[in-house]
Amino acid sequence: MEYLPIIIFALILVGGVGYFASNIKKMIRNIKLGKEVDRSDRKGERFAQMARIALGQSKMVRRPIAGLLHIIVYIGFVIINIEVLEIIIDGLTGQHRIFAPYLGGVYDFLIATFEILALLVLVSVIVFLVRRNVMNIRRFLARELKGWPKNDANYILYFEVVLMALFLTMNAADLAIQQGVAAGRFTSEAATHYIAAGSFPVSQFISPLFEGMEFKTLFWIERTCWWLHIVGILIFLNYLYWSKHLHIMLAFPNVYLAKLTPKGQFTNMEAVTKEVKMMMDPNADPFAAPDPAAAEEEPASLGAQDIFDLNQVQLLNAYTCTECGRCTAECPANLTGKKLSPRKIMMDTRDRLEDVGKVIDKEGEWKDDGKTLLNDYILTEELWACTTCNACVEACPIGIDPLSIIMEMRRYLVLENSAAPNELNVTMGNIENNGAPWPYNQMDRLNWANE
Amino acid sequence: MSNNLTVPTVAEFIAQGKQPEVLFWVGCSGSFDDRSKKITKAFVKLLNKAGVEFAVLGAEESCTGDPAKRAGNEFLFQMQAMMNIETLNGYEIKKIVTACPHCFNTLKNEYPELGGNYEVIHHTSFLKSLIADEKLTIEGGKFKGKKITYHDPCYLGRANEIYEAPRELIEKLDAALLEMKRSRRNGLCCGAGGAQMFKEPEEGKKDINIERTEEALETGADVIAAACPFCNTMMSDGIKAAEKEGQVEVLDIAEMIASAEDL
Repeated sequence: MEYLPIIIFALILVGGVGYFASNIKKMIRNIKLGKEVDRSDRKGERFAQMARIALGQSKMVRRPIAGLLHIIVYIGFVIINIEVLEIIIDGLTGQHRIFAPYLGGVYDFLIATFEILALLVLVSVIVFLVRRNVMNIRRFLARELKGWPKNDANYILYFEVVLMALFLTMNAADLAIQQGVAAGRFTSEAATHYIAAGSFPVSQFISPLFEGMEFKTLFWIERTCWWLHIVGILIFLNYLYWSKHLHIMLAFPNVYLAKLTPKGQFTNMEAVTKEVKMMMDPNADPFAAPDPAAAEEEPASLGAQDIFDLNQVQLLNAYTCTECGRCTAECPANLTGKKLSPRKIMMDTRDRLEDVGKVIDKEGEWKDDGKTLLNDYILTEELWACTTCNACVEACPIGIDPLSIIMEMRRYLVLENSAAPNELNVTMGNIENNGAPWPYNQMDRLNWANE
Repeated sequence: MSNNLTVPTVAEFIAQGKQPEVLFWVGCSGSFDDRSKKITKAFVKLLNKAGVEFAVLGAEESCTGDPAKRAGNEFLFQMQAMMNIETLNGYEIKKIVTACPHCFNTLKNEYPELGGNYEVIHHTSFLKSLIADEKLTIEGGKFKGKKITYHDPCYLGRANEIYEAPRELIEKLDAALLEMKRSRRNGLCCGAGGAQMFKEPEEGKKDINIERTEEALETGADVIAAACPFCNTMMSDGIKAAEKEGQVEVLDIAEMIASAEDL
């Protein structure tokens, strides 16, 4: 047995997984910059929701074509990973197809399943590439998808094409060797290492290309594909952190933590409740010395100006967003040409969060960079275009809530900056003075009954 | 319009030592907007006909605070909410019905955390139960065979997942219900929510109510059924813009039932 490849493999594996883990730690650190939020309630419903929406992909199929293709890629990804497990064990032990002797016919069935899935994934991913780059699908043409986000989406798809092609070519070469051994053409110890195992419904159509090749050539083809495939997977794993593709992991916690209360129920601001209660309490002493315990706390700003003011679930939402644009495709403001795009709200939140993270990486702690999520990333024009209709929340297949971020930022604008559009200031003045958004006298509220 | 409506206030009930069966929360639009007042009256006629012992707050009612909350003014919202809760709790109100999905959502979902716990029912659900209890009967009559499309209000549909009650009522009118391309959970907003009703829209290619009205007109319906006074306003404006006034009507479901009953 040769030890060098095993050592190299182990180093690559540890390096690849280790680097990814260190980046995920950074991501968690960034998410923790947000405010804590309690979502520890209703565990049963949360698990059920996660099983239905994340694991079961129930919201994906609301768009049947994209949904079905996505399910193929998703199932392919999950199931082909069983093969990756074998590849890792083979790599660490110097064995070849280590599961085969233990599983017998089941092994053949598994390999055949992987191959068929790999082919289906390949076809689906090619359709995805066509949808993104050739067909004029509105949600892939939006302004927030220009440049890096568009390239990012394509890189992911290219990666999957390459990985599937390598997997099938590897199997084809393996099959050609197995056939050579069976025919008595290859007799070396290295060749008999390729035990007769597996069933190859797809790669059997590739292996004729290798006819007449010597064992050495086939061996190099098989090994090259094997190495590129596993190294490719590790590169892909590490690419996730920089890409919109993190949803393959984060969709699960994200759906678990998603809001369970009715969509129309917006959060109650307890800091405001305290103040309003004080104001309405006839026994409250407006000149009383503030509670010394309360004075210790730094008064938190109301609403959100930056990512620090958002909660951790909202920041997790930002990392989870895979920029599919189903939210924006349903947004009434966006559909009628306004600047608001719920997808852009999520992308901006993540961009800002990562920019803050970079400052922390460099300086060791957060140092004000003179920017904020509000104005430098998200414009007030976008925020005021929202009708709070919840179409974006309903459309998201993985439980992201762009509306909650829009609302927090409106709250900041109004409560901290008194910066509502003028017509809304008039409306709010009316509500305050006469209990209706229009300038009618509250005493006239029952006039209709006698008209 | 006939003035034989019976609209007692809660104060009158209490003065007689009685408690109303249910409070009818009229809302700002239903109280002051000329178009919406017709909806309010139609609903009252139905309540009167069904013999429901309801009452209104009258001058003691004030804006729920929905537009303030959604505009980001939590302070004003909570001021409104707490004043209203004081009134409602003072009268020991347990059950509220309202024809406005915005009031409905706010009272039902956002008042409990501030100390206001009531059973809150939208008027379409309420009418449905009156019919189920045989307190109210609908004969199709006027709407028989008419083509009707129903616009889902965001704060009734997506916000609170009430999609079927209004549709069941329309079907009871023996009308042909035509669905728009975007309906139920995919229903397109009329453009009024989130305090948009009270401001000009941001710059864009089109107004949302125009987009939605066009979609409603595409169904070929004679009537656009609404279940929200603000949607009603937005869709009526859309009909005006499309110059379909007199051809296509925008009606609240309560109005449709009341006029089918020839009340």
